[in-house]
Amino acid sequence: MPATRSRRRFRSSACAWALALAAVTAAADTAELRAGSFDPPRPAPDFALSGSNGAELRLSRFAGKVVLLAFGFTSCPEVCPTTLATLAEARKKLGARAAQVQVVYVTVDPARDDPARMKQYLAGFDATFLGGTGSEERLAAVRKDYGVSAERRGSGQSYGYSHSSFTYLIDRSGSLRALMPYGHSAEDYAHDVAILLGP
Amino acid sequence: MTRRARIAAALAVGALAGLGAVALTPVRVGSREQVFEIPKGTWARRMAGDPVEILPDTLYLTLGLQDVLVLRNLDDVPQTFGPTLLMPGQSFRLPFALASSYPFACTAHLSGQLTVVVQPTPETPWARVAWRFRGWSRALWAGGSKLFRR
Repeated sequence: MPATRSRRRFRSSACAWALALAAVTAAADTAELRAGSFDPPRPAPDFALSGSNGAELRLSRFAGKVVLLAFGFTSCPEVCPTTLATLAEARKKLGARAAQVQVVYVTVDPARDDPARMKQYLAGFDATFLGGTGSEERLAAVRKDYGVSAERRGSGQSYGYSHSSFTYLIDRSGSLRALMPYGHSAEDYAHDVAILLGP
Repeated sequence: MTRRARIAAALAVGALAGLGAVALTPVRVGSREQVFEIPKGTWARRMAGDPVEILPDTLYLTLGLQDVLVLRNLDDVPQTFGPTLLMPGQSFRLPFALASSYPFACTAHLSGQLTVVVQPTPETPWARVAWRFRGWSRALWAGGSKLFRR
């Protein structure tokens, strides 16, 4: 009897230590990020859109990878090209580990951004990038889930959007871990992605 | 020397000593984090027509001293706070590594924008004087605005 009790005590204290260690490790990881980090992280809301590769783009399909999620439109003159070029450079910096990273770019302009156009646009940055489009309502629901704003500006064919310019960092388990404001370098992305990928 | 002249000289020496202290004393702040919280009940107050203001339009941080912005949602509902959507009980910690002006879309503001100004570390005596006077004037302005609103 006493041996069983002591074994039980050992097991429960080992569990407590393991939990404490996991909590400390997660906190240390988050503290090192150069992006803005969420505490506690929440599950990244899942969505299903039309992918630029012709297939359904479902976020949960990328479990096991780090996802960099950005919002924009292919006619964007400055913010989107800069962000996408930075993300492409970050993937290059990651070398072989880039295979464990997926960039997802969701449009705010479904009237112009169909899957074919998004595929052509994204291939100019990195052929592995995936775009997502869909109905106005579906895209609005995705933006609401992520706290992303997009406001149409101008009229006629030359309209544009004022939209949120940050990129979300989603870890391998599908948790929304951090938000990188616009303007950060490829090195900052590579640094944070390496932390989220783990050793 | 007349009495008035002696008083003027003493005041001038005192002002110079004060300026010297302001310029030469190293700048310190309690924490590198500047924390803003949405208190519990904010949503209910807003629904009742109370225009609750939590974040100022412009936030000032200083590189190396106070360069981490922390936003906390203590309310019972999700809130768009600064650049992001925060769930109840969630916080967002954003460090800055470059002195610059950072505009963020923010639905909590009438202007639709929040600007975070990250100032360089005040390393020279004059930079310390300017940094301290800017801080005092902003504190005075904020205090005055609060009194005026009452």
